[in-house]
Amino acid sequence: MRTPLFTSILILIAAALYMAFRYLGNDYLFFAGYVVLQYIVIATAWNILGGYCGYVNFGSAGFFAIGVYCTIFFYNIGQSPGDVFPDFMLTPMGWIFPLPLPILIVLGGFFAGLVGLGMGYLTLRLRGVFFAIATLALAVVLETFVVNWPFVGGSRGAYVIPPENIPVFGTFIQYLFVLMLLLVVLALAAARLIERSRLGVGFATIRDDELAAETCGVPTLRLKLVATAVSGALFGMAGAPFPFYIGYVEPNSAFNLSYAVNAIAMPMIGGTTTWIGPMIGALLLSTLQQVVTVTISSAANLLITGLLLIGFVILAPKGLVGLWQGWTGRSAKP
Amino acid sequence: MQFDLLINAIIAGVMLGGFYAAVTAGISISFGMLDIVNIAHPGFIVLGSYIAYIVNAQFGVDPIITAIVALPVFYALGTLVYGIYFQSFEKRGQDSMRGLAFFFGLLFVTEVGLNLVFGVDYRSVDASYIGGSLKLGIMEFPLRMLVPALVSFVMFAGLQLYMSRTFIGRAVMAVSQDPQALELMAVDPTRIKRIAFSISMATCSLAGAFLIIIQPVLPSSGREYIGRVFAVCVLGGLGSLPGTLIAALLIGVIESITATFYGPSWSPAVSFGLLLLTLAVRPSGLLGR
Amino acid sequence: MSQIMGQPVTEDADGPAKPLLGIEQLGKRFGGFVALDTVDLAVPQGQRLGLIGPNGSGKSTLVNCISGTLQNETGSVAFNGERVDGMPAHRRARLGLARSFQLPRPFRSMTVAENIRVPLIYTVGARAGFHLTSSELEDRCMEVLSLVALQDKAGKNPFDLTQVEMRKLELARAMAAEPKLLIADESMAGLSHSEVEDIVALLIRMNERGVTIIMIEHIMRAVMAFSQRLVVLVSGRKIADGAPADVIKDEDVVRAYLGT
Repeated sequence: MRTPLFTSILILIAAALYMAFRYLGNDYLFFAGYVVLQYIVIATAWNILGGYCGYVNFGSAGFFAIGVYCTIFFYNIGQSPGDVFPDFMLTPMGWIFPLPLPILIVLGGFFAGLVGLGMGYLTLRLRGVFFAIATLALAVVLETFVVNWPFVGGSRGAYVIPPENIPVFGTFIQYLFVLMLLLVVLALAAARLIERSRLGVGFATIRDDELAAETCGVPTLRLKLVATAVSGALFGMAGAPFPFYIGYVEPNSAFNLSYAVNAIAMPMIGGTTTWIGPMIGALLLSTLQQVVTVTISSAANLLITGLLLIGFVILAPKGLVGLWQGWTGRSAKP
Repeated sequence: MQFDLLINAIIAGVMLGGFYAAVTAGISISFGMLDIVNIAHPGFIVLGSYIAYIVNAQFGVDPIITAIVALPVFYALGTLVYGIYFQSFEKRGQDSMRGLAFFFGLLFVTEVGLNLVFGVDYRSVDASYIGGSLKLGIMEFPLRMLVPALVSFVMFAGLQLYMSRTFIGRAVMAVSQDPQALELMAVDPTRIKRIAFSISMATCSLAGAFLIIIQPVLPSSGREYIGRVFAVCVLGGLGSLPGTLIAALLIGVIESITATFYGPSWSPAVSFGLLLLTLAVRPSGLLGR
Repeated sequence: MSQIMGQPVTEDADGPAKPLLGIEQLGKRFGGFVALDTVDLAVPQGQRLGLIGPNGSGKSTLVNCISGTLQNETGSVAFNGERVDGMPAHRRARLGLARSFQLPRPFRSMTVAENIRVPLIYTVGARAGFHLTSSELEDRCMEVLSLVALQDKAGKNPFDLTQVEMRKLELARAMAAEPKLLIADESMAGLSHSEVEDIVALLIRMNERGVTIIMIEHIMRAVMAFSQRLVVLVSGRKIADGAPADVIKDEDVVRAYLGT
């Protein structure tokens, strides 16, 4: 199936989903749905570097948070431009600020992608293991910077107040939901496009045997940088609307470890070799987490996620998709 | 810059560095020599801290004593973990990605497990030497840091002796450089690796006791140390115990000075920043191969 | 028609051409261990060179330094008149340098045919500056595979291949890159008599079409049948270099193989 057709089908499904939720009229569906959609983007983002190239990113929370704090930064500028800009710039800046969410998403993606590129340039020439450790370090360094930066709230946190209602969509949460739906379409289409392209072949060789890949002419460093930038950008885009969703952001919630774990667990459980795996993993795990949090406790929820991750990694390394393929005897990619 | 403040910052840094060396010794073995990225190591250290805590709270036993008694337990845990790791990953071939995910999962489960059992309050221990300090002129040695640091140096020396003098110790050094040569000498590399990994896990017991003596502990404390541990390991040079010690002291001193003069909230960035810097500039570290 | 079997050689009107591969004073250490010690080697275009030496003599390290898998510390490596030290391996591959690995390193998540596609996409395609179409890729894939008699295994995963078949795949993957210089690192270990003859004949055919070939082998029969020139490496040093018949009678060579 060609990509434009696939993307169109995704958009149709997304539209249908939105219409269905709107018809059901319960705002909770949008709130819960937003979280699930967010995780689909996160899982897909992680998988582009982790599943396709074999480079594990433990610092997903850091890239996500770049998107979060990018939004907070520009939002704060928009709230009090007089504090930031000299008088003669106030009028033109008044036209630009406050920045609309789609722009914030693009900015979040841009900066996160940039950081990914920079960090990749520093560490990707080393073994994959060092890259993984560096991603851990990066997340902590970023968090330390944010905690020490009063303009975005520091350790006290920052408030973001969305408008009550918005034209076309009604409540603001519906607007966020639709934006996240579009991000999901973007992420899935991008992942699938990469997977089927020559770029995807290159990524797979890096995962399988980087040395042999180089001798076959694959420019491994360049491809890894592309993967890191794309992955980072998607994380950032997923994080950008978050402040509007949650209202009050403090470093603990933005840099929450559960993002790092889920980003890894969802693709690992779903299956890392195709674009479907992360989506399935995100859908299942996210739903499971919502259920467990409500019925048992949120700590038990994390424990179960961790145990599932370990279990799948040991027993079903190819994830649910792999189990399905083994069961039906197929190995063709959808 | 006040002189006595600086001197005491350096002293605190050296003692802190001694502690970091204990924390990192295990990783120096498992990652530096065996190439196993056990990022769950700090999690197991925190586990050791909590074990020392319970025994101390219930029976008043000194944490270091508890840790020494618990050494065989941690050794056995190491054997178990290595067994799973070996069966699932090493035997099957490459795929380091899954090995990393496995250890990350272990780290996470350990933290959340401790969270469920002990809650998110700080826990600390009581011992006769906590609270007092040794004063020599303007130099002050808080005992809660001095005692762990000294025991840590002893433990480190013991490890180094073991690695360089005993057959198994030297076999471990050998297996990191040339597993095939080891096989030719009729030594099973897997057994050697298992022993080495178990030793590395055993160090968690002592390191955990040191941690909870020095500062109150949370289930999430492990994560703060991941960066430090790998920073020390990489800076010192993989596979070099003496390098680890030097790097640990260096990082301890730099962190201590930073905390004293710029505030403690910048501490985590120090070691992580050093790690990134080392990886970018000289990945083989100070004394690395 | 692809260029797998090389291009016809044209005589250079200016006289003897510069060597295709020029190695000068090459040195490589691993910590304290000296793997290669000031090795000089000039390989003219079109030559069939045999490289032999005891295990651990540095042959693979030399290949790694030539192909860019490792970077040499001292000395220089020049390919087709251009200095290539410091260049990453993939750029050297695009310049026309291909090598197979002593221990086969197939891409395990792909089929045999997909393995061959990698150099077709990333070396041949990149060199030409345009993408080959899927049907072109498939045709060339099957062409290369049939040269090593692996065409029936095109859809198989390397996991299902025998050791011998994996070595053939390794060689085929290097050939698929349409190199000017091909380094075949112990491609024939474990092959039967007739299979060895087939591979030697294949390599000679490639050479007749202009591909310069360095063969590293322990199977002396094959080396002697194939090589126009023989180089012997011992403990990181070149101890002999010349006509095969002379080299194998050289005292130092005999002593290196029979030991002291």
